[in-house]
Amino acid sequence: MFGNLKGLLMTFKTTLRKPVTAQYPKERLPIEPRRMGFPMLMWDKNVGEPYCTACMVCIRECPTQCMSANMKDNPLQAEGKSARRKIVESFEINIGRCILCGICVDVCNFDAIEMSYETELSTFVRNGRRMDLRELLERGTGWQEQSGWKPKKERQPAKRGPEAEAKVEEPT
Amino acid sequence: MTTDPNEGANTLEMMINMGPQHPSTHGVFRMVLHLDGERVVRVEPHIGYLHRGSEKLSEGESYAQVITLFDRLDYVSNFNNELVFCMAAEKLMSIDVPERAQYIRVILCELNRIASHLLYYGTYGLDTGAITPILYSFRERERIQNLFEAVSGARMMHNFIRIGGLKQDVPEDFRERMDRLLPQLRQGIDECDRLLSHSEIFLARTRGIARISAEDAIRWGMTGPALRASGVLEDVRVTEPYQVYDRFDFDIPAGTMGDCWDRYYVPLEEMRQSLRIIQQAMEQMPDGPVMTTMRRIARPPKGEVYVQAENPRGAIGVYLVSDGSEKPYRVKVRPPSFCNLQALPYLMRDAYVADAVVILGSLDIILGEVDR
Ligand code: SF4
Ligand code: SF4
Repeated sequence: MFGNLKGLLMTFKTTLRKPVTAQYPKERLPIEPRRMGFPMLMWDKNVGEPYCTACMVCIRECPTQCMSANMKDNPLQAEGKSARRKIVESFEINIGRCILCGICVDVCNFDAIEMSYETELSTFVRNGRRMDLRELLERGTGWQEQSGWKPKKERQPAKRGPEAEAKVEEPT
Repeated sequence: MTTDPNEGANTLEMMINMGPQHPSTHGVFRMVLHLDGERVVRVEPHIGYLHRGSEKLSEGESYAQVITLFDRLDYVSNFNNELVFCMAAEKLMSIDVPERAQYIRVILCELNRIASHLLYYGTYGLDTGAITPILYSFRERERIQNLFEAVSGARMMHNFIRIGGLKQDVPEDFRERMDRLLPQLRQGIDECDRLLSHSEIFLARTRGIARISAEDAIRWGMTGPALRASGVLEDVRVTEPYQVYDRFDFDIPAGTMGDCWDRYYVPLEEMRQSLRIIQQAMEQMPDGPVMTTMRRIARPPKGEVYVQAENPRGAIGVYLVSDGSEKPYRVKVRPPSFCNLQALPYLMRDAYVADAVVILGSLDIILGEVDR
């Protein structure tokens, strides 16, 4: 009897507390800066082209093979505006397959891909959810503004962390 | 003159299928119960409904990608799983992980242990018919998940521990967050304890049910809290310390009777010990790098290792064979839940059918790990 009462006393005490639940679609939890949502592509504002050169490294390293890309010669380089010789022509991510692991962000040498804060998957499309280059860049530009993202070169050198310590070698 | 109406009747055992969609099987697990009236005569466990072929898949993935598969083995203690695979690869490559990384790994793993045990606490309450505990345990678990999100970017499936260290250092405000989190957890665990542990109804359902002696538990290959509930002081963190576990002062909680209540209470006590470890680790944590200097693509030399670690559910072992390429040649996992599950038919013998759920729940299985 006593043990039961002890438990009931506990529940009674809790009724006087503020609830901790967030009413999901109306209220959202605060977004952590490191939150990993779906990947998206970054837009180089200085040049006016994507960072991505379609080098295929992330595509090879993705554990679920959910990405594909095509490369083309960069027209802006011919005009002398850009240092990138090649540029992405098309890029597609099958969001339904992506497991939000962040490996693509780790392996990209061009700061071209980042994880957005977007994690909501449901759509009216039945057959998978694919994002093409236009959509990926659109999301990327929005996120860049939202999070104040800077490419690695322009960031303050981190005091610690893999960027500072690890000697990055070209993947073989 | 009275006659027995059943005289001459041919009574048979009754066969009941429990699962795979039964809510108390914690995943997709099927038990075929053979009943004689209310008593369980025999139980046949059927596994494999969640088989994803992780071991085979690992052979086709690079070492960095295998970590994502290990995240999904025991999907409520992701950090512990990542750690054991990284430890295996590091041993093969003879890498020394920086101290700071080891401390952060220990902190995250212990927090994950608490989160996992809280989930067990809540669902075990549900199994025995109490709905309130899961609300309390998830309130506390959510705080831990929020911290994980701040550290790794994901609430589950973090992919944060890397071969040779960690993906990133912890965020700047980690220490403040931990200072806030630890007292909350301590209080939360006490509240959980008070809520359920000594309730007479709960005691009646769990005390003395499905007892297993220490010798039998060892003979069935049980590990983790389920083994310690029988009074065996066996914990990989103590008997074979890995990372920096040998620097902390903590106790191994153990039960005395090896019944369902002991198997329920040992994890609860373990959470308090985990808090002690975290507290000490926070105090001792040095500054420094969190990643060793190494090639970005891990390519261990030819060889094989076996590494074990203490997961929330018991001793997980990874047997890793490398042929010198960038993909593992063979990855074999010794999943603790799978081995604990072996004792189920023994524990279920002569139990009442109403206790079947309570006994299964007390083993704390995670099907992602059983089926791999
Ligand atoms: S996102 Fe980065 S790694 Fe992937 S193709 Fe583009 S430049 Fe290469
Ligand atoms: S987050 Fe992981 S699964 Fe998703 S696209 Fe990047 S590498 Fe592939």
